[in-house]
Amino acid sequence: MGIIVKNITHIYSEGLPHETTALDNVSFEINDGEFVGIIGHTGSGKSTLLQHLNGLLKPKSGSIIVGGTDITDPACKLRDIRRKIGLVFQYPEYQLFEETVARDVAFGPKNLGLTEEETEMRVKEALGLVGLSYDELKDKSPFELSGGQKRRVAIAGVVAMKPEVLILDEPTAGLDPKAHRDILDMAEEIHEHEGNITILVSHNMADIARLCDRVIVMDKGHVALAGTPKEVFSDEKRLTDIGLSLPPVSYLMHRLNERNADIKADIMDIDAACREIQRFLGEKG
Amino acid sequence: MIRDITLGQYYPGDSLIHRLDPRIKIITTIAYIAALFIADGFIGLATSAAVIFIVTAVSRVPLSFIMRGLKPIFFIIIFTFIINLFMIPGETLISLFWGLTITKEGLRTAVFMAVRLVLLIIGSSLLTLTTKPISLTDGIESLLKPLKVIKVPAHELAMMMTIALRFIPTLLEETDKIMKAQQARGADFESGNIFHRAKSLIPILVPLFISAFRIAQELAMAMEARCYHGGDNRTRMNAMKMRAGDFVFMVLTLAFIGIIICERYFI
Ligand SMILES: Nc1ncnc2c1ncn2[C@@H]1O[C@H](COP(=O)(O)OP(=O)(O)O)[C@@H](O)[C@H]1O
Ligand SMILES: [Mg+2]
Repeated sequence: MGIIVKNITHIYSEGLPHETTALDNVSFEINDGEFVGIIGHTGSGKSTLLQHLNGLLKPKSGSIIVGGTDITDPACKLRDIRRKIGLVFQYPEYQLFEETVARDVAFGPKNLGLTEEETEMRVKEALGLVGLSYDELKDKSPFELSGGQKRRVAIAGVVAMKPEVLILDEPTAGLDPKAHRDILDMAEEIHEHEGNITILVSHNMADIARLCDRVIVMDKGHVALAGTPKEVFSDEKRLTDIGLSLPPVSYLMHRLNERNADIKADIMDIDAACREIQRFLGEKG
Repeated sequence: MIRDITLGQYYPGDSLIHRLDPRIKIITTIAYIAALFIADGFIGLATSAAVIFIVTAVSRVPLSFIMRGLKPIFFIIIFTFIINLFMIPGETLISLFWGLTITKEGLRTAVFMAVRLVLLIIGSSLLTLTTKPISLTDGIESLLKPLKVIKVPAHELAMMMTIALRFIPTLLEETDKIMKAQQARGADFESGNIFHRAKSLIPILVPLFISAFRIAQELAMAMEARCYHGGDNRTRMNAMKMRAGDFVFMVLTLAFIGIIICERYFI
């Protein structure tokens, strides 16, 4: 199931004094099974874009085709779209509301009209996938959990709907380094386990470089750059102009490359960087 | 969109009206509303309408923007119009089915009342459209100050209003976000019977209340961290001061009220 976004434009509060063009003629494609990263500074339109992908917002113009159906078509059933596309908002823990963890996670599957048994199975599976123990937590109130755990429960609430596309909007914002790593490992694991399309918005370039097959760079409502992490992070000047940076390893390799052109610049993971530096030092003897 | 509600909203600008002292604006608005109900004839209402349109033009707030705020109240206006039209006894103008009659007095009252309501809404919207919420509450505080002798907590009331006004957009935004997040989980707020719909509000209301309490707590901490301790001996950064323009506006308003009173009692 691929996603094709064609020339979408979105204007908030059109006609009012505070009108903002949040998306301006945005186009891109996402192929089946891809892990896609979206980067861009705050206010560049990332969240607006994500909300279009599952029909929460309608574009002023343009079309979005998900698995062959045009979801901007008014005749299209939103319920079917939301079954296919799971969107985890920024700070999703603020949307928890049920008395127990299990019931909160079950909210989505129940809305899909699944039976009790199916729902319970989904809840178990989803909590497992986000790395929480069903037996320990199922009867706890979600409000007693730690910040990182709350966030996982909230993500499980969407994962339990088994979406074919899982969208995570800055899932690690405000978490400590360990919880940060856990959440991303979890995203990677779910991606591998479910074979779904995963779309990740993040400000952490190292994460994007490590996890993504492709990167889309947003700037002021436009797609500024798109391509594999290698392609995108090779255009350092463009990225810094937009106000973004390179992943640290990539930054180091670019600086070394400036000093000595023998060192390759397009390296993003630490091990490869070590090998490259050792190779260079070895050659010099 | 939930954010597009214009009633009570501020329309940024720098017109003569925007720059008036908020106290003057509050008093003249109250006077204007009173005048609308004193006005009892064609001349009075026509003058009132002319006055408000002139003020609107001077304020440079687009009329279309004000009218947008009228939309939610449109139903009430139509409703009062119809009630007045049929319910007031008097000289029959047209007889309809079921014994419904439109009388001359009914027609007159209906039209006048509708015009009054529209002008009243335009007038009071202009106050909030041209005055920043903060100035508005400052104005109210200053006007309530004399009541301190009878133990009216003017400062506290004004502070509560300031906070409420400040957080209305924040809470609307929050509601919008929560609704979207629950919709993304397949929640449906639009179909089903009334019980079903009421129940579907729980996933919005619980997180909303939690957010509201969180915001309130954070605000209280921030205020305490900056040594807020109530209104006693508090001075202001922007002290309100009456200027020539304010006096002129006051005099014009008095003249307007004069016309309305003359029209009612002497013509
Ligand atoms: N609900 C909304 N109403 C009005 N303007 C909005 C709303 N949401 C976002 N915007 C504006 O749209 C632009 C893009 O915002 P957003 O998509 O949230 O960016 P990002 O997620 O990249 O930070 C910003 O200028 C923002 O102020
Ligand atoms: Mg965002």
